[in-house]
Amino acid sequence: MLNDEDFGAILLTLKLASLVTVILLLVGTPIAWWLAHTVSRWKGIIGALVALPLVLPPAVLGFYLLVLMGPQGAVGQFTKAIGLGTLPFTFGGLVIASVIYSLPFVVQPLQNAFEAIGTRPLEVAATLRASPLDTFFSVVVPLARPGFLTASILGFAHTIGEFGVVLMVGGNIPDKTRVISMQIFNHVETGEYAQAHWLSAGMLVFSFVVLLVLYTLTPNPWRQR
Amino acid sequence: MEGIHARFHLPFPDFTLETDLNLPERGVTALFGHSGSGKTTLLRCIAGLERPREGFLQVRGKRWQDSKQGIFLPTHQRPLGYVFQEASLFPHLNVRKNLEFGRKRTGFVRNPRGLEQAVELLGISHLLERMPDKLSGGERQRVAIARALAVCPQVLLMDEPLAALDLQRKQEILPFLSRLNSELDIPILYVTHSPQEVTRLADYLVVLEKGKVLRSGTLEETMTALDSPLAQGQQASTILTGTVSAYEAAFHLTRMAFSGGEISLPTAQAFAVGERLRLRVYASDVAIALHPVQDSSILNVLPATITGLANDQQGRTMLRLNVGDTALLASITHKSASVLGLHKGMQVFAQIKATAIL
Repeated sequence: MLNDEDFGAILLTLKLASLVTVILLLVGTPIAWWLAHTVSRWKGIIGALVALPLVLPPAVLGFYLLVLMGPQGAVGQFTKAIGLGTLPFTFGGLVIASVIYSLPFVVQPLQNAFEAIGTRPLEVAATLRASPLDTFFSVVVPLARPGFLTASILGFAHTIGEFGVVLMVGGNIPDKTRVISMQIFNHVETGEYAQAHWLSAGMLVFSFVVLLVLYTLTPNPWRQR
Repeated sequence: MEGIHARFHLPFPDFTLETDLNLPERGVTALFGHSGSGKTTLLRCIAGLERPREGFLQVRGKRWQDSKQGIFLPTHQRPLGYVFQEASLFPHLNVRKNLEFGRKRTGFVRNPRGLEQAVELLGISHLLERMPDKLSGGERQRVAIARALAVCPQVLLMDEPLAALDLQRKQEILPFLSRLNSELDIPILYVTHSPQEVTRLADYLVVLEKGKVLRSGTLEETMTALDSPLAQGQQASTILTGTVSAYEAAFHLTRMAFSGGEISLPTAQAFAVGERLRLRVYASDVAIALHPVQDSSILNVLPATITGLANDQQGRTMLRLNVGDTALLASITHKSASVLGLHKGMQVFAQIKATAIL
């Protein structure tokens, strides 16, 4: 069965994924809103940058993040200057890397949801005295609820499943950066196939249930209408 | 004038909206034109949904916009009601909550009058607990109008509220719109491309073409000006408004007094004396005689003065007549006009063959 280290990894993974999902919703919503409504010529560039983690090998993303956040990198210099030290091989570094890695999984469903709503309900709300912020919470959020749900589930699940970025940026430190996928890797390396099985099967069931929920709640989570 | 003063300059790729309008402070002003004439854009400018770089807008003495002084009230701070072409009800709220959405944000919450009046005017009290997707198209549009009225607006803007509905639904809503005009004390700006809706509802008319104001004035002036697009072809007609002066029950005949005299028409229903009526007289239903005709089946023969003539290329002549203070259009053949020797300033008799109550 599972040992303490396994439970530590599970707990850490859940903590990481929850925190990352919250941050992703806070960061992803304005980006998705901007992408859905802007007519700026920067739209293509920003959209492509956000989508980059979809196609980039995680190792490549992890490598660049490692370099950037390391003692010689721009971000690393900055974090050292404000007294935070360097971020690689810390939980904080892992959170930042995961946010970037899972960003498209949150931004794209939200952007689709916002685009499907269009501008008409926003104009109607304005003619009914609702300020833009008021309109966002009283009209957009309720209408985009399926989009928010899809975005949260995908962001959470994708963070739980990551490996390459964790390997590069987080390393393998128990209770700090050793997430489930790392723990499975450790078990396989040391020939503990039984325990690797327990964790892997758990991930398999979890992933299936997540997608099942997603497809049951929203008929087509990839293209919201 | 304490009405609406709207001056906008807004360039688009295919046309430029260029208006300088003074609109009356009550009654229905129809913004009429073909698609692409800029009528919806003008309405959106007044609502603040479009922001022209150059613009000036004053409504009932309050300045909403003045680009010279950098004043621009955003839409949500303008005390207006707006009805879009599609009802655009919030799908996640039932009818009652849709109606309350604007009211909650106006500070009129404790005064239930606006809401009750809107619900009553549009006849939707039985729909309050329904969700929008359980309403018919006509019901949805009525709720949308009530929602716009529930905020007690100082001006009601309507963008082709009937255009998305079929004929039957239009007929269902039109009486409600007529009621709005008679019961509300605010200006209503009504965008439409339908001459029928103009003649039925409007008091004042603005004709737009390619973003410019072709003509604006009272309905009577603009419909009877010989060069007005509304005074051309089969649809050319005059609207007569007046009050019922008598009803002859034996003949089902209603008599209506108007500024040009009195006119009789058969009506299935009895009208009360004093009730306001609005009649349409097609130009093709008006004939001209040089002398009062005796022994004729035509009841309505009114003395008139010719104030203008226009020949078209199809053998017809449009006459503009003055019957008392009221202008009347008559469409006759070019040949008749020539044989009778009709000219401007001539005294004639207008024979009105048929009228229709609007």
